[in-house]
Amino acid sequence: MSIKTARRIRLTLSYLVLLSAIAIVVYPILWVIGSSFNPGNTLSSSTIIPENATLAHYKELFAETDYLIWYWNTLKICFITMVLSVIFIGLTAYAFSRYKFVGRKNGLLLFLILQMIPQFVAILAIYILAYQVGLLDTHFALILVYVGGLIPMNTYLAKNYYDTIPKELDESARIDGAGHFRIFWQIILPLSKPILAVIALFSFISPFADFILASILISSDEKMTLAVGLFNMIKNEFGNSFTLFAAGSVLVAIPIGLLFLSLQRYFISGLTAGGTKG
Amino acid sequence: MTHRKTAALLSIIPGMGQFYNKQFVKGFAFLFLAICYFIAFLDFLNIGLWGIVTLGTEVPRDHSIFLLVNGVISILVVGIGLGFYYFNIYDAFQNGKKRDNGLKLNSLKEQYHNVVDKGFPYLMVGPGFLLLIFVVIFPIIFMLLLAFTNYNLYNSPPAKLVDWVGFKNFIEIFSLDIWRETFISVFAWTIIWTFTATTLQVSVGIFLAVVLNQKEIKFKGIIRTLLILPWAVPAFVSILIFSGLFNDTFGAINQSILAPLGIDSIPWMTDPFYTKIALIFIQSWLGFPFIMAMTTGVLQSIPGELYEAATVDGASNWDKFRKITLPMVLFTTAPILITQYTFNFNNFNVIYLFNNGGPAVADQNAGGTDILISWIYNLTMTSAQYSKAAAVTVLLSLIIVSLALWQFRKTKSFKDEGMI
Repeated sequence: MSIKTARRIRLTLSYLVLLSAIAIVVYPILWVIGSSFNPGNTLSSSTIIPENATLAHYKELFAETDYLIWYWNTLKICFITMVLSVIFIGLTAYAFSRYKFVGRKNGLLLFLILQMIPQFVAILAIYILAYQVGLLDTHFALILVYVGGLIPMNTYLAKNYYDTIPKELDESARIDGAGHFRIFWQIILPLSKPILAVIALFSFISPFADFILASILISSDEKMTLAVGLFNMIKNEFGNSFTLFAAGSVLVAIPIGLLFLSLQRYFISGLTAGGTKG
Repeated sequence: MTHRKTAALLSIIPGMGQFYNKQFVKGFAFLFLAICYFIAFLDFLNIGLWGIVTLGTEVPRDHSIFLLVNGVISILVVGIGLGFYYFNIYDAFQNGKKRDNGLKLNSLKEQYHNVVDKGFPYLMVGPGFLLLIFVVIFPIIFMLLLAFTNYNLYNSPPAKLVDWVGFKNFIEIFSLDIWRETFISVFAWTIIWTFTATTLQVSVGIFLAVVLNQKEIKFKGIIRTLLILPWAVPAFVSILIFSGLFNDTFGAINQSILAPLGIDSIPWMTDPFYTKIALIFIQSWLGFPFIMAMTTGVLQSIPGELYEAATVDGASNWDKFRKITLPMVLFTTAPILITQYTFNFNNFNVIYLFNNGGPAVADQNAGGTDILISWIYNLTMTSAQYSKAAAVTVLLSLIIVSLALWQFRKTKSFKDEGMI
């Protein structure tokens, strides 16, 4: 067998592998898009290429369900969570990176442990606490819980990044008479924009993807988030509103997918930065 | 008696030691804070601490769980108080020591600057930490305590009181047959799930990255974007879509793919074995794009000379992959691969959203595909076995915490040289 044929076989196999991978990846996505245009309501009539394509489900989604409200709720919650998380995390991580204070080591250790225990193991306690302070079924409670849960892991991310900014910068600013906060605001903050962008991205996406906390803390229909709303749509009357669910998913997946694809490189850099150092 | 001892002793009443050291403003501030603390919290602490010890004594009046909540908060408040009290004594002692050594004490202005200077990191950490205490730490302490009570569906307020039962829940998990068998089978599946699903997603990711990054492959950009789609679509959406695709009777997998091939319908949702297969497949589908994207980055950074040298030495492609590519990739991505394992260990979404941890299995109180985390959820939300769920949570946390501590000992974040 000559080198040339060996190469040809290798390339053919490679393309075959890639093509089958693409088929497996794309099939569920195409299937759900197809289903959303399907005239029937049920799962059994869902096909990739609908026979009499219709937009009825999209109309129904807007006219007869709270879908748009869920969408708005989700975006609102994600946005506020993002802003608060970036503020809290940026400040906390700065202290951990630059100052020696009593409790620093234990604080870091605590954060490390907390980031490994998923927040929702304590759902019962979170529920009872929210109930006692009268915040059950409010977005405020949900946002607080999200922000709190994001702090440990992302503080590590930001701290690792701050650590790479030379301390000489702070010192020379201090000699020039800048105060603590001024150093943070005018020197560190502008330099740490990349990591703060990554944290902003994470803190926007993770409440978006959360199902469990939202499903427990929120009970009324008009306060639900997309994850809970879509879940109920598919589980309550399984099969009967599958195409409706499909339409709903498509409208979630497309904008978020596009946003993600355009920001993908930041995700990779962020996750890599979080993992490699520590 | 030395000044330091007198000052420290006097500080048993907050502020007195500072008065003795002639730091009157500070002394007043301490005394004032201490009085405020007692006025504000005395009643609350009294009821809270009584509540957490007894968990209530009279049925309609006392609600054990609320008492427990207040008790935990009381303990946190007491902790903060003790911290302040310790600082008060420590401060008096230190200043007394300065006097013993004939040093001048800080003037009021210097003290103020000192507070601002030393207090700055606390000011920065404070807001985030306070939030963390209430929404993360408090719930975890609460669960920890709940594991030592008998709170469940039949024994719950307001109709009944909850009691402390010591290690009964833990003993029962390991001594009662149904609990022990469930725990062992759930734990075993959690481990198998973590290893197979993660290893598969990692191998598929690395494999596809290597195949895609051969120089001769065309349309790399488009192929890469298509393959990364599962990562771009929100996972909960994909998982719900899969639960439709895999539906036993109507799902497209059985109807449109297997049926034309002449394969009978496979009970994806009703036979635990097939559900497990489906879950591992879905997780690989969801997880490989990230690994692939990351590996691509590593591959592009491996110098071409390495491969050229290997070719000169007569290495085959397989040799190159095994001796150069794979070690490089694994070495640089190892920490992230570890986080992939911990992520799947607690991957609630895929298990719960796909098939609710089901199908149900005889002789155990967890679904056939429940992992520890989804079992805890079901024990809490469906069967109201609150204290058992808490006990399992404690066991789960112990496993995680010991892993975390082991990992932490190897990291550099501990060190604090070069800091202010």
